[in-house]
Amino acid sequence: MPLLTVDNLSVTFTGDDKRPVRAVDGVSFGMDEGEVLGLVGESGCGKSVTSLALMGLLPSRGVEVGGRVHFDGIDVRSLPARRLRDMRGSQLAMIFQDPLSSLNPVVPIGRQVTETLRRHKGMRGKAARERAAELLDRVGIPDPARRLTEYPHQLSGGMRQRALIAMAVACAPRLLIADEPTTALDVTIQAQILDLLGELVRSEGTSLLMITHDLGVVAGLCDNINVLYAGRVIEASSRQQLFANPHHPYTAGLLGSVPRLDAPRGEALTPIRGSINDTIDWNDGCAFAPRCDHYTMECLTGTPELVPAGEGHQHRCVNPVNLDPGPADADRHGHVAEGDNVR
Amino acid sequence: MFRYILKRLLQLIPALFGLSILLFFWLRLLPGGPENTLLPDDASAQQREALRESLGLNEPIIVQYGLFLKRLGEFDFGNSLQTGRPVMEEFTTRFPATAELAIAAMLIAVCVGIPLGYFAARKRGSFLDSSAVAGSLLGICIPVFFLAAMLKVVFAEKLGWLPSAFRLGAGARFTEITGFRVLDSVLTGEFDVTVSALGHLILPGLALSSIPLAVITRMTRASVLEVLGQDYVRTAESKGLQPTVVRTRHVLRNAMLPVITAIGLLTGSLLAGAVLTESVFAFGGIGSFIYESTQQRDYPAILGFLMLIAIIYVVVNLLVDLSYTLFDPRVRVR
Amino acid sequence: MALGTDRVNKVDRLAELTAQRDGDAEGASLLRETFGRLRRSPMAISGAVIVGAFLFVAVIAPFVAPYEPGAQLWGREVMPNQNVFVGPRGENWFGLDHLGRDQLSRMLVGARNSLLVGVVATLLGFTAGAMLGGVAGAAVSLGRAWGRRLDAVIMRFIDMMLAIPALLIAVSIAAILGPSLTTVMVAVGLAQVPIFARLLRGSMLAQSHSDYVLAATALGVRRPRIVRSHILPNSLGPVIVQATLTLATAIIEAAALSYLGFGNPDPATPDWGAMLADAQRFLVGAPELAMYPAVAIIITALGFTLLGEAMRESLDPKLRK
Repeated sequence: MPLLTVDNLSVTFTGDDKRPVRAVDGVSFGMDEGEVLGLVGESGCGKSVTSLALMGLLPSRGVEVGGRVHFDGIDVRSLPARRLRDMRGSQLAMIFQDPLSSLNPVVPIGRQVTETLRRHKGMRGKAARERAAELLDRVGIPDPARRLTEYPHQLSGGMRQRALIAMAVACAPRLLIADEPTTALDVTIQAQILDLLGELVRSEGTSLLMITHDLGVVAGLCDNINVLYAGRVIEASSRQQLFANPHHPYTAGLLGSVPRLDAPRGEALTPIRGSINDTIDWNDGCAFAPRCDHYTMECLTGTPELVPAGEGHQHRCVNPVNLDPGPADADRHGHVAEGDNVR
Repeated sequence: MFRYILKRLLQLIPALFGLSILLFFWLRLLPGGPENTLLPDDASAQQREALRESLGLNEPIIVQYGLFLKRLGEFDFGNSLQTGRPVMEEFTTRFPATAELAIAAMLIAVCVGIPLGYFAARKRGSFLDSSAVAGSLLGICIPVFFLAAMLKVVFAEKLGWLPSAFRLGAGARFTEITGFRVLDSVLTGEFDVTVSALGHLILPGLALSSIPLAVITRMTRASVLEVLGQDYVRTAESKGLQPTVVRTRHVLRNAMLPVITAIGLLTGSLLAGAVLTESVFAFGGIGSFIYESTQQRDYPAILGFLMLIAIIYVVVNLLVDLSYTLFDPRVRVR
Repeated sequence: MALGTDRVNKVDRLAELTAQRDGDAEGASLLRETFGRLRRSPMAISGAVIVGAFLFVAVIAPFVAPYEPGAQLWGREVMPNQNVFVGPRGENWFGLDHLGRDQLSRMLVGARNSLLVGVVATLLGFTAGAMLGGVAGAAVSLGRAWGRRLDAVIMRFIDMMLAIPALLIAVSIAAILGPSLTTVMVAVGLAQVPIFARLLRGSMLAQSHSDYVLAATALGVRRPRIVRSHILPNSLGPVIVQATLTLATAIIEAAALSYLGFGNPDPATPDWGAMLADAQRFLVGAPELAMYPAVAIIITALGFTLLGEAMRESLDPKLRK
């Protein structure tokens, strides 16, 4: 049984005077125990909102959430607030993007670690402080006993993120959600933090949901990858498959816009044109169509479905690219060629 | 820490020096001059001249200022023209009354304003919130002296629930230690005096609290709203902490920081409001005395009192800034 | 051929679908945006309505006031010492004041004088304060050593003034000038100088540290020009908000000065502050005498405060989304 199942999750923001915005539009995916899953997409594609919805951290006002989320067989969304609080921090934990603003500036680091231990493990006083020091040591913070009494502003950016990680793993959660944990950090620190996260989850058998816009981050860490566009999963596959053989033009475009050391000299990067604002409603067709080089009339009639193509590989595209020219796919492939001509 | 306090206190000296120049020359512009206040209208020119001479008013103004400054070093502001007693003495006998009143008003403002602002922010858009916002707008728009007079007429004169004037009932016997009547009576065990003193504080305290209450309510509300949207509150919630812990340790503790600063800055408006409130309730503090001094053109008293008020204001704000460092670790490292 | 039509259809369909989404994406200028938000804010609307009504009354007052506001036309009917007052009646809709003058006429003409006090005092405080603060802010923004020194001198002076409560500054000025309407304007206005100075200087300082100033400097724009055409105009927002709020404060403080005996003694030019101060003595016998000017002062101050607060909110970048 998968540890986490997300089924048709949708989140709509309904402002007072603004028209409602659907940030997450029917996202479905599953995660196994110990799996590291990457949720990849541009900013604004709904990946952070998805993570907050999983944790039940979205504000209750002005937000409508639909769909089902099952964690370990428990329907998280219908859980009473008390039970959900019991799970947060102990079973489910989260690491946020900006370590400075995510730490309380007026409470010592130690207190912010021990408060989780106290809440879920009932640890107090000296025992809690010693455990907190161990945790800081575990995440690679030198001189942990002294750091416990310090405040967030006295720590460097990397140290702050390590402290946040220590808080998240304090009660050995089964699922860790990391929302762009390296975006606010220097490149050299980024690698250290990713290594730490990978090492922590592998050794403890924790599942990790890694949310990022950076394909480089998922490349080294994730078992499987879901690519999100305009609030929907548009491609899901294993890491090797995705990097070797992206099916959706958007994924292919993302990979094409990453600089590579092994590319021939002078070869230009091919960016995806437009921005995430150039989009159409999924009900009218493929939301990526306005930016796509492969779109046909078919893309603009009705919602494309998420279809399987190869083992453990799914995509939501009428005109996929890079399909293995196998006998079953011959017809489809021909179709793509035709679509290319239209251009 | 110690060096910081010392630095702040040393900064006070040039500021006070400048203030003394400003006020000294400013108040010399007062028309009439003290001889008209002190002597009857039919006093002879000779009498007037003799008085000017004895007060040192015939010296060049620079010399007068030098003398003033010299005495200032010994905290001697000269004698009040109205009472003939030293200004400093007038101040110290009256100050406890004003301080007691200001503290009462601030306590009301803090004890009502902070919870009100907090719950208004938590229940944003509710009836409580709209009433708190409307009430705090109204609070700064009602003239203090009018509010004081209305409270006095309704609750003291019409309903008779509370005393209408003075600091104690007529004929009350009390032992003076610090001049703070509530404190003194508790110290000596004269609890009937405590009750009476507190009763006399309610109406003027309420009137004087209107502006600080309005400001603190608004400030708390805005600050709590801002903190509720901060990432660290979300982090606290992601740890599954109990709502009470999130609200006190993570929301309130951060939201109080700007309110603490505001409390210091409000001292000024309290002292100004005291002038008006005390004259309505015949409270006999420094406010009433300043009022009488301006009426009588008692310029040594005005000068001394304004300087002492400025000192108090600066010292109170220094204390507030120091206490702030207890709440916000980020300003500790200096 | 078929491919060609397909392409046209595609483009049309796409244009149609994308067009549906682009309602509010057009860029609007900052000023228009701010103004647009103001027009939608209920606070701003109610404030503007109150202020508008007050202005209207102040303008038409001399033409519609039924009687001479200073004339004691019914002086014998009122005996305040024996607690005899005259309430509203056919010929005097608001009744008579303690000297037998028509209360309605006094209220109408009083609106004009209260407005005058508010506007003149605010203009005085604004002009003098903005000059002091502007010089200090410009001096420090120019970034030279002498500029910082000039700034330090001016700000020491301003901080000194700020340590004395505004009302007490006003009282000490009023004590020098003697009671009159001009005294009230000058005293209330000068008492506001330090606040305006501090605000403009702080606002300019914040602007001069902003990225666009750095960008302009990097482009080689000369410092005086940056101060003049970027820093100063962008710093005025908070000062204008403060001016609107000061209109309310000025009317309230004018009333306080009148209560302390520095108000306008001229019966022919009544203002609400002086009327309230006069009526205060008869609060037990004739509370309505105080109620008229008190309610007028409170509502007018509320109008300016609502307008100012709404402006502050619409200028706040934190609320801009």
